[in-house]
Amino acid sequence: MAVDKQTPSASVTRRTRPASTPPSWPRRRFLGALATAAAAPAAAQFRVEITGIGGTQIPVAVATFRDEDKSPVPVAAVVRADLQRSGLFRMVDVPGGFDENSRIVMSEWRGRGADALAVGSVSRLADGRQDLRFKLWDLVKGEELVGQSHAALPADMRLAAHRIADSIYQNLTGERGVFSTRIAYVTRAGSRYSLHVTDADGEGGQIALASPDPIISPAWSPNGKELAYVSFESQKAVVWVQDIASGQRRMLANFRGSNSAPAWSPDGRDLALTLSRDAVAQLYLMSRDGGTPRRLTQSSAIDTEPAFSPDGRQIYFVSDRGGGPQIYRMPVAGGNAERITFSGNYNISPAISADGRTLAYVTRQGSAFKVMVQELAGGSPSAITDTSDDESPSFAPNGRLLVYASRAQGRDVLMTTTLDGKIKSRLLTSGADMREPAWGPFGR
Amino acid sequence: MPINRRTLGTALLALALGGLFAGCSSTKLDEAPVESRNVPADGAADSKGPGAAGSGTAQSGVATVDLSKQGGAAAASGPLSQRTVYFDFDSFVVKDEYRPMLEAHAKVLSANRSKRMALEGHTDERGGREYNLALGQKRAEAVLRTMVLLGVQDNQLEAVSFGEEKPAVQGSDEAAWAKNRRVELRDR
Repeated sequence: MAVDKQTPSASVTRRTRPASTPPSWPRRRFLGALATAAAAPAAAQFRVEITGIGGTQIPVAVATFRDEDKSPVPVAAVVRADLQRSGLFRMVDVPGGFDENSRIVMSEWRGRGADALAVGSVSRLADGRQDLRFKLWDLVKGEELVGQSHAALPADMRLAAHRIADSIYQNLTGERGVFSTRIAYVTRAGSRYSLHVTDADGEGGQIALASPDPIISPAWSPNGKELAYVSFESQKAVVWVQDIASGQRRMLANFRGSNSAPAWSPDGRDLALTLSRDAVAQLYLMSRDGGTPRRLTQSSAIDTEPAFSPDGRQIYFVSDRGGGPQIYRMPVAGGNAERITFSGNYNISPAISADGRTLAYVTRQGSAFKVMVQELAGGSPSAITDTSDDESPSFAPNGRLLVYASRAQGRDVLMTTTLDGKIKSRLLTSGADMREPAWGPFGR
Repeated sequence: MPINRRTLGTALLALALGGLFAGCSSTKLDEAPVESRNVPADGAADSKGPGAAGSGTAQSGVATVDLSKQGGAAAASGPLSQRTVYFDFDSFVVKDEYRPMLEAHAKVLSANRSKRMALEGHTDERGGREYNLALGQKRAEAVLRTMVLLGVQDNQLEAVSFGEEKPAVQGSDEAAWAKNRRVELRDR
């Protein structure tokens, strides 16, 4: 119940409060859903390539929104693809001709096997905006969960559709959805490198930085407004910070040697990063406004890839002080580092879930590199992919999904996966090699 | 023997300048692990060396001088024309065979204290980008220390790294990897 029930949008008018938050879905219905679960056909235009079936999936019907064919975005298709990708929902086919004003005969809908039904409409307002209305029905209890009206600029229609998916997700699972969040990643096409920002489904992509030189390690500020990254445009690794909306950028760290691996502190005031100005790669802490870095590690080995714990007190990082690279943890205030990974002789790229409980990282197994997930309270690491060139895992802000880079059919691709590895989907490809994904925070 | 080796190395470099580099690495280096990299290179130099080295036997050879790869109008032969130090897998040791080359560059830098040079470390494609960036940095710093020992002032040099981001050779086999584990000397 620690969830924020407000859809993160100022212009959403909530006309009906959900009767119960969250609804208590009878467990046997979940199990029933599991027994009959089958891979719903993915909407082809979104290329949701679901490669597995999750344990429990809520059967949901999302009706095509009335007049959505006159809007710039196929609203219902976006919503369905979002819900499918989360692994928590199974799509139930629904006939057309329903909207938020339709009288819903519960018994009839239950007979179709759906536990919830989303209906809605799109209409054009006099000022050119689109009025997006939507209603979510709990077919089990026979009550309306959400009724919303949202006026969106045509350019924000995709975002509005993702927010509807978030609302459905939150009302049916009790947790915040991540469909209206964004993902940053880097593409390489020939000798052109581009830092992209897209919706969490890989659509609606825009380029934040284009360069003839490599770009690596994008990192979102906690407020979702800035990206830190490493650019080689001056023929060495330099850390930059760029405002996404305005494109204004500033050099944050350009010390002698290499400057890399930026990671924002959860309060957004500082960045941890790797500098080689005094020795081999070591960890430092810097204000977001620049200034003198404070050295965090004092080893004669490589220390890099810092990642803050959500409370901001610990830093997870990679060090080869024990021989091969392993993941360690140390207090930001200073103190001894404690080794976290013990299986395998090459463990890198730590990512920590927003609740601080789960570690994702990349391990080398023979000549393969695989994403692993490990509960920090104890438990053995488990491989969650069947690919062998995985890189750069990054958690969705609700901790339910990971995005990572991999290779498939000879290309560098981005995949999302549930933490149990059962549901994966491939983000849209544009013909370019995609790498270095970073999942943004809730805000934007 | 050392002299012979250097001559052959020079011939190999001339081959590289002659645009034969790619063919050379795909045919010869394929079967050559890092440690014996010079063995097939010697063979190549025997058969093709004279033309490329410009000693006058072949008459239709054209040697390409690629200014983007080399530091300008440096002599097309001799240790000063060499600007790449290759490393064994997982190694940061600057091998003795690069000593003459580093000595030659150190001499130039020592004679002109206003001259500056970047030492650019690189790794092969395997492993994480950030960890490889740090490994490439370590290689660059190993070359930097060697050159400081040879009399270059620390402030004339900067060790930087591109990690795995700028491979010299495309490919996912040991031949390509061996060509990519390197430090390049670049004038500033």
